[in-house]
Amino acid sequence: MSAWLLALRAIAWREALRFVHQRERFIAALVRPLVWLLVFAAGFRAALGLSILPPYQTYITYETYIVPGLCGMILLFNGMQSALSLVHDRETGSMRLLLTAPLPRWYLLLCKLAGATLISLVQVYAFLAVAWAFDITLPAWGYLAALPALMLAGLMLGALGLALSSLIKQLENFAGVMNFVIFPMFFLSSALYPLWKMAESSELLRDICALNPFTHAVEMIRFALYLQWNGPAALWTALAFAAFAALALWGYDPARGLMRRKG
Amino acid sequence: MAGGLHLEGIDYRFGARQALDAVGFSVAPGRFAALLGPNGAGKSTLFALLTGLFSAPSGTIRIAGHDLSRNPRAALARMGVVFQSPTLDLDLTIRQNLSYFAALHGLSGRDAARRIDAALDRLGIADRAGEKARGLNGGHRRRTEIARALVHGPEVLLLDEATVGLDAAARQGITDHVHRLCAEDGLTVLWATHLTDEVQDTDRLIVLHEGRVLADGEAGAIRGDQPLKARFLALTGAPA
Repeated sequence: MSAWLLALRAIAWREALRFVHQRERFIAALVRPLVWLLVFAAGFRAALGLSILPPYQTYITYETYIVPGLCGMILLFNGMQSALSLVHDRETGSMRLLLTAPLPRWYLLLCKLAGATLISLVQVYAFLAVAWAFDITLPAWGYLAALPALMLAGLMLGALGLALSSLIKQLENFAGVMNFVIFPMFFLSSALYPLWKMAESSELLRDICALNPFTHAVEMIRFALYLQWNGPAALWTALAFAAFAALALWGYDPARGLMRRKG
Repeated sequence: MAGGLHLEGIDYRFGARQALDAVGFSVAPGRFAALLGPNGAGKSTLFALLTGLFSAPSGTIRIAGHDLSRNPRAALARMGVVFQSPTLDLDLTIRQNLSYFAALHGLSGRDAARRIDAALDRLGIADRAGEKARGLNGGHRRRTEIARALVHGPEVLLLDEATVGLDAAARQGITDHVHRLCAEDGLTVLWATHLTDEVQDTDRLIVLHEGRVLADGEAGAIRGDQPLKARFLALTGAPA
């Protein structure tokens, strides 16, 4: 096996081991969307009327509508969680160990991203399995068709986390990221309500939602779950991935060590 | 110099503050060089540059003959590093920690296992290989980190304040071990410290203060008839 693949395997393996050691993180990652699905959605299904909109071909329950958004929520929280652990890694020094490996820095960061995304995917499929057990089902092949979409969305949100981890000097707690990244990204998206519904309240908010890459990640997942291809959403998500990855690489550029230390 | 460690004209600034000013020295292959400096002398900045975590705007760094800025992968492949802050994954066993590192250096399977066994044996911790790092005391954790830094067979070993937080016996043990690695295995070692008692008379000594090299030579010659501590304090202008 080449040195590149060995490194990828080792980094993914380490992420998996860390995940296994943090069972509470797995449970939290699963409980959060399930509360939204089984409690929030049950309460709001009467309040929010949904018309037939692509990719759906018939009326759907609100629970069914928010499943793709909740998959995105898992990826989003994991992306930010890994940002938090990256800052921790940087402070404890294990990031240094990784970055002194004799491989290009962009590749090492990509491996880190891929490892974290794999862990996110396990959680998304665990969530979909529980949803299925509660009779919120999707087309059988949709579970498989969504895999590439989930991977791209996971990579995009992981790259955002990586970029944040390089730019934020110290991340004492999750609150800042929660307030300034997770909540705006999640609520200003089509995860909980379709954009036309948002437009009824405010055109401006709808436009902001339409620019939010998380909206496009959710729509890409939604269409893939129903075996349909949403090209613009996939392109927007891929572009956001490229932009966040470039930002992360810039943030971890050794020449910028000066700015990090200077704070 | 073909092998060993060579630095020339290294400058580095943090904003207005000059952290390193024209730092340069060479360490011949197989030599133990102590980089002695008080806190804030610029040792950790120099280590960040030596390991490629920062890049120097000017000057040259050559590791075992490889220019770090032109050929970073070849230079990093020949370098082992023990950082000041611990970098072990405490939830993994010693062997898992070393396996992870070996894979980052392109080693796997029987070759990696053989090298890991040899490195652990070299540092006298082979019997603890299956234990989680969390269960080890500070001295053993440091030994594990040194063993890990040796797994890929580096030619140059860099240690940044490797004995911080250890008791006197553990410090002595680690210092002796690393000196033996030099003498018996021909490793080139750069040992950053602020403690004069870790330096032996036959070691190469580089005194760094306020980002500049104040003295560079054999430790015994630099200290003359004074204890090294007194000489060091006189050089750096600190009160004794």
